[in-house]
Amino acid sequence: MKQYLLSVYPAAAQPDASPEAMQTIYRDVDALNSELQTAGAWVFAGGLHPESTASVVRLKDGEVLTTDGPFAEGKEHIGGFWVIKAEDLDAALAWAAKATRACAAPIEVRPFEDEPS
Amino acid sequence: MAAVESGEIERVFREEYGRAVAVLVRGFGDIDLAEEAVQEAFTVAVQRWPATGLPPSPAGWIITTARRRAIDRLRRDAARQGRHATAALLHAGSEPTEEGPVQDDRLSLIFTCCHPALATDVQIALTLRLLGGLTTVEIARAFLVPEATMAQRLVRAKNKIRAAGIPYRVPAADELPGRLRAVLAVVYLVFNEGYRASSGDALARDELCTEAIRLGRLLADLLPDEPEVVGLLALMLLSESRRLTRTTPEGDLVLLADQDRARWNRELIDEGQALVRSCLRRNRPAPYQIQAAINAVHSDAPTAGATDWRQILQLYDQLLLVAPTQVVALNRAVALAEVEGAAPALAAVDRLGLDGYYLFHAIRADLLSRLNRNSEARRAYGAALALVSNAVERTFLERARGALPA
Repeated sequence: MKQYLLSVYPAAAQPDASPEAMQTIYRDVDALNSELQTAGAWVFAGGLHPESTASVVRLKDGEVLTTDGPFAEGKEHIGGFWVIKAEDLDAALAWAAKATRACAAPIEVRPFEDEPS
Repeated sequence: MAAVESGEIERVFREEYGRAVAVLVRGFGDIDLAEEAVQEAFTVAVQRWPATGLPPSPAGWIITTARRRAIDRLRRDAARQGRHATAALLHAGSEPTEEGPVQDDRLSLIFTCCHPALATDVQIALTLRLLGGLTTVEIARAFLVPEATMAQRLVRAKNKIRAAGIPYRVPAADELPGRLRAVLAVVYLVFNEGYRASSGDALARDELCTEAIRLGRLLADLLPDEPEVVGLLALMLLSESRRLTRTTPEGDLVLLADQDRARWNRELIDEGQALVRSCLRRNRPAPYQIQAAINAVHSDAPTAGATDWRQILQLYDQLLLVAPTQVVALNRAVALAEVEGAAPALAAVDRLGLDGYYLFHAIRADLLSRLNRNSEARRAYGAALALVSNAVERTFLERARGALPA
């Protein structure tokens, strides 16, 4: 089994979803999470607060420097993610297809480097 | 035993390279290892076969030799690095030694190469490399990109297949239609790249047409119940039958109406038309089959004047139903001009929003000149010339504009 990161990019799809639309998304994502768990594909998942809550820590001249705001400039930030187990990319893409429907947002699929032992 | 010509080994290479790579990819799960081993096996063949003659089954010999080379290589790696290569070796050792359903391996590999998670230009390069055995240099030359760019494209693609876990298998029935469309699109893009009249490298282009038809035949063998696979093969064969008459020895473009029909390749036409008839019997029309049927009607006409344009127009109407695109509507207008005249055809063309497409302006120009609206025709040729990128087509359009009455 390989592991994949499924990242949700909400800004590109729905900048201002209505409360009703958000309720639908929460419900659909819950249902998908249950399905992932039942199928044994679940590793971890979570939604994130907006990028305005982010901080960046880095080394500068040997000193730790902390700055406010997200690392990447621009509009598209991860809104949440799943880590899943899947047999191959086709299986991961099938989960991503369900995820993009549930979140109403594009999903980026990336393989993890190491296979779990 | 008779000596083997080097041309014969070349032929075996072209026919069996993809098969051998596909079998080894299945066995070892590693594209680079498979390619390397198969190339080494052919190197041995080139040294040995001229003296020994062809083995009874050249493909079997290549696969067996390549598999031994791959196992040797894994043993060496295992001795050096231990764990990982040993695992691959165990995996390979568990494979059955007989060749099994060899053709399915090529089919799996072509679906890997044309996986939707790979960009189209990557799909094309991988398919030509792994199934056609074209070298990186050959592919780069055919697509007019620097060799280093093509090499990098192939390395990245193989890394993605490995890292992302793109599977080697024929998709399940529910996915097959969509995935097969991508495969057919790649094969047809390869063919068109070769078919385009161009002042570029003629040999590289021949190679692309030959390879596309080879892949088309392979797919038709492996998926005989898919009418679009058969339709695409027929379309390519019928187009190929005219390829040598499409340009003059000086490299100038010759329109269908002006081609020397005696020089059309009869054998390819017969084969293509037989395939079109088999598609008609199946009666599951779709774009490639209908385009093949249109080409079959052209192939039937002993002279351009004898062309059954009514039937061609009907086929375009049918094509518009299954592929309602502006480009199809533009091509339909060309047939309409032959059936109903230039005026209704021009009216149909003017309804299209294809302002950025050079053929839209070229066809408008031709229709306008037929209606003696020469100054408008001149402007339309100018618009076409501003958009055309192919040098051969540019020359053709410049001549057509120059031939307009003052």
